[in-house]
Amino acid sequence: MKENKGMTLIVKTVIKFLVPLVILFGVYIILHGHLTPGGGFPGGVVIASAFVLLTLAYGKEVAEKKMKRSLASLLESTGALFFLILAVLGIFLGGWFFSNFLPKGEPLKLLSAGFIPLANIAIGLKVGGGIFAVFLALVIFRIAGEGGEEQK
Amino acid sequence: MFELYSLIILMILGSLVAIHTKYLLSAVISLTLVGLILCVVFLYLQAPDTAITQIIVEVIALVLLIRAVSIEKGTMGRKGARETFSAIVTTIFLVLFAFFAYRALLDLPQFGFPLMKVSEGYIREGLVKTGSANIVTAVLLDFRAYDTLGEATVLFTAILGAIIVLRKVGRK
Repeated sequence: MKENKGMTLIVKTVIKFLVPLVILFGVYIILHGHLTPGGGFPGGVVIASAFVLLTLAYGKEVAEKKMKRSLASLLESTGALFFLILAVLGIFLGGWFFSNFLPKGEPLKLLSAGFIPLANIAIGLKVGGGIFAVFLALVIFRIAGEGGEEQK
Repeated sequence: MFELYSLIILMILGSLVAIHTKYLLSAVISLTLVGLILCVVFLYLQAPDTAITQIIVEVIALVLLIRAVSIEKGTMGRKGARETFSAIVTTIFLVLFAFFAYRALLDLPQFGFPLMKVSEGYIREGLVKTGSANIVTAVLLDFRAYDTLGEATVLFTAILGAIIVLRKVGRK
């Protein structure tokens, strides 16, 4: 980085290698929610924490280039809507609200358990987007509250 | 049991430090210590799902709380009539809540009496009915999906409120 924003070079280099792994781990936790411990909520928070790391190490501008606050809010709303649509689809395809209308499949395979993986993905999107949006809102509020003087 | 009790005593000590310390930042850090020990307690009680959620949310909460502590200037400490008003409103609300909670809890069965009555059915039929190998996810997203919907709505409302309070457009 040319500007002197964010933390030192050591932290930046470590974060650069760490962020893809953290995002990968979050995606793994979400997708394997019906097989191993975890699920949509922890996985979404892990993905949000990757972007929080990016914000802390590189400053707000770089992180917002990767993931805008409006995009994070949009992801959150999309996740919530997707979850509700899944629930309402259950009425038409399965008979009742939140009925598991997809085929169950073979247990212990990635594609099993009907609509549970889809619901996990929806919740992961919702939680990850929401938590990162709140974090960005707090960061922006802090900078505005200090009258534009950032000490970093 | 000895390990569990020593962990719980550590948690109580951390809470006491959080209450009695002079600085807000120390209070936040000792609160996070309580949460991390709670994560170890969950692992000791063989609940890895809860432990994963607990440790991740605790770390994110630590970052958010440290941010919030550093912007505390001008947002804390109401004086005078408004403080009295909010104290009175809070007390009335708490009394009402305790009353209705007491009335609602009267009808509950005795603690631990029909042991594992509900969860027995889930454990027996969970895999057949949902096809999900992780029984916790099966309960969260199939048997008790209404609760998950409520939790998602609560989180959505909380985030909406936080973004509205912390907005930049339209302040001042």
